[in-house]
Amino acid sequence: MSDHSHKELPFWRKYIFSVDHKVIGIQYAVTGLLFLFFGFCLVMLIRWQLAYPGQELPFIGSWFPETQMIGGIMLPEFYYQLGAMHGTIMVFLGVVPLAVGGFGNYVVPLQIGAPDMAFPKLNMMSYWLYFIGGVLMLASFFVPGGSAQSGWTSYPPLSVIAAGGQTWWLIGMAFLINSSLLGSVNFIVTIIQLRAPGLSFNRLPFYVWAQFVTALLLLLAFPPLMAAAVLQLMDRLAGTSFFIPTGLVVNDAITHFVGGGNPILWQHLFWFLAHPEVYVLILPAMGIVAEIIACNTRKPLYGYKALVYSVCFVGFMSFVVWAHHMFLTNMGTTMSTFFQITTMIISIPSIVILTSLILSLWGGSIRFNTPMLFAIAFLPMFAIGGLTGLPLGLAAADIHLHDTYYVIGHFHYVVAPGTIFALFAGVYHWFPKATGRKMSEFLGKLHFFPSLVLMNCIFTPMLIMGLAGALRRMYDPTQYAHAQAVQPLNVFISISAFCLALAQIPFIINFFYSIFWGKKVDDNPWQATTLEWATPTPPPHGNFLKAPEVYRGPYEYSVPGQKKDFWPQDMKGAN
Amino acid sequence: MTQNYYGWGLPIDISTHGAGIDKLIWIVHIAMVLLFVGWLLFFVYTLIRFRERPNHKAEHHGKHFKLPTYVEILVAAFEVFLLLAFAMPLWNQAKNQMPPDDKALHIRVIAQQFAWNIHYPGKDGIFGKTSPNLMDSSNPVGLDSSDAAAKDDVVTINQLNIPVNTPVIVKLSSKDVIHSFTLPVMRVKQDVIPGQSIPVWFQATQTGDFEIACAQLCGLGHYRMRGFFNVQTQEDFNKWLQEQAPK
Repeated sequence: MSDHSHKELPFWRKYIFSVDHKVIGIQYAVTGLLFLFFGFCLVMLIRWQLAYPGQELPFIGSWFPETQMIGGIMLPEFYYQLGAMHGTIMVFLGVVPLAVGGFGNYVVPLQIGAPDMAFPKLNMMSYWLYFIGGVLMLASFFVPGGSAQSGWTSYPPLSVIAAGGQTWWLIGMAFLINSSLLGSVNFIVTIIQLRAPGLSFNRLPFYVWAQFVTALLLLLAFPPLMAAAVLQLMDRLAGTSFFIPTGLVVNDAITHFVGGGNPILWQHLFWFLAHPEVYVLILPAMGIVAEIIACNTRKPLYGYKALVYSVCFVGFMSFVVWAHHMFLTNMGTTMSTFFQITTMIISIPSIVILTSLILSLWGGSIRFNTPMLFAIAFLPMFAIGGLTGLPLGLAAADIHLHDTYYVIGHFHYVVAPGTIFALFAGVYHWFPKATGRKMSEFLGKLHFFPSLVLMNCIFTPMLIMGLAGALRRMYDPTQYAHAQAVQPLNVFISISAFCLALAQIPFIINFFYSIFWGKKVDDNPWQATTLEWATPTPPPHGNFLKAPEVYRGPYEYSVPGQKKDFWPQDMKGAN
Repeated sequence: MTQNYYGWGLPIDISTHGAGIDKLIWIVHIAMVLLFVGWLLFFVYTLIRFRERPNHKAEHHGKHFKLPTYVEILVAAFEVFLLLAFAMPLWNQAKNQMPPDDKALHIRVIAQQFAWNIHYPGKDGIFGKTSPNLMDSSNPVGLDSSDAAAKDDVVTINQLNIPVNTPVIVKLSSKDVIHSFTLPVMRVKQDVIPGQSIPVWFQATQTGDFEIACAQLCGLGHYRMRGFFNVQTQEDFNKWLQEQAPK
């Protein structure tokens, strides 16, 4: 930082190709929010088709080209493109960049009292690789044959024989994977090396712990997917057959694949990433929730050590549960027993984390501001998501529930009203640090309450549909007799989803309005203890006016005998 | 199909093995609801009791709770119970306790985009030779007509008929991509993987007209890869098979 902290940088170095972790964090966050919005738009198109299959999309139906909709009626090609890209965009371009790239970059160096990330240029490269990956994914909608359409899981052989967009998907993923790898190395080094004097590991805010474990997961889980993506690319372009068995007959014509590959290999490589990826989605969210709960209950977290051990244990276990996504791929008793046991084991530390967060509320003086509302709503929503994972983790119950809407309901409870609520909480909580202004409480509550109700109106019926056996990835859900009884739920879910979109309008207004006209606040508007609130607002390049020193743990709230109810980590002596 | 078998709960179960699966699903859900409701009551009570208000202060040294440890141990014990009492025996039953070969009806199902080809061995009980090189639209399973055992074989498309109260072993294979052979009323779901031949077994307890579904995204026509699954009396089944036999 020393070489450019004193002279004024040109605009493009300061705001576009910046090496400042805060600018990169905001770039990541804004891009991630835009992708979340775009991914939500894709799913609203899907929801129209599911509620009113074969009916003309009103108002905007005629805007789509004939390769996507004819007379406003969606084609199966487009439906399956939307499905694959909704998943890809939400996970890889929306939630992870916002949770890790956005909040991680902005908050972690501040919370550990560092002037920046350990490798600022690597950090900038990480963002721009992500940006290119995103552009490739978006561009793939316009290539002949359209974007990827074999699900976000891209199972071969289907993905290998699919139209051109799949190649773009694989190349886009390669950029996103490398972006995450650069980011994760940077986080690990930063957290180990750049902590302020006195900030030992047992004084780290829980959020930093969560990001630390997340970075380790990204570092170790993504390379196998990178390898798998290259192999699939070779199968598509170079005539290899890593994932394709010999003698494949497609459209009554025998294909050229003769290498004797195995499609299950892809599934192992994919889920070896994609299960830890679930924890990449959830751990930063838990970290955000923990910070906000401690601050707004005005008391320390319950069981800090149990939380830290649990988050490390969850991280480790997340590498040995992947095949519970694959029970129905002809898995024998030995394998299925192993993966069922590991899946049951991983539920225990998750329960410990959730329990600690709830017990943290006990004995507090709870402020119900907008960030806190989102943070506490995360708890029951994540609980439903976690509990519904239980039957899916048992191979026998999976026979009925696999590939039904039960699965969709389960993981959306974890990620949508779970993680995304936590991310909203984070936006409301750290907005004043980044802008010097608070977001409106009124608009915040207008955002929160309808969102909470509507999220449940969307995802609870999915669990019911799944129990009735309604299968996922159906362009026309009315084809099957066994799914007809629950079809009215599809209409209800879709209407709720459209209303949920309306419920986001207060957030969008609030976000932009507050940047310019929000209520001005001082450096520490929530009276919090952690180091990010010890910087000027917004923090300048280099962050701290004077390198901070840490004297105590992260959550010294309401300490008896102190004048104020918060005792900042960097305050020397009594309060 | 006049009778309506399907409602909002689990689909009806007409299999000999499905009751265990349904019971497992019920027990897990009852436990989940109990746990969640108890938890939610505590959560709401805590939020109300410890809300910010004048003259109320947070306690730095919070209460230590013992109960959660017991609840966690209880949950772990319950999970062990589920594994030992249900999940493992049921999976073992599905995978390792196939009915004896001579007692069961053998059928091959060859999946393709977007149809189920059903292959019965015919009177001789032996499947004729097949080869991918012979597959075309008139010979969907690639049956080798020079093989004597192939002469009486029956091939239907999207029409799986079985006799009631008879164990059935279906060997699943795929010509092109991964499909998933699903009989909702029979609690059968098994991925069909090209390059592999995967057996599943089941036994029906009542007659009726049901459906085969594909549960794994297999291409643009995935949503209409629907087959008919009819469970008949032994006589009706014999008669039907007779009618289908090559003349």
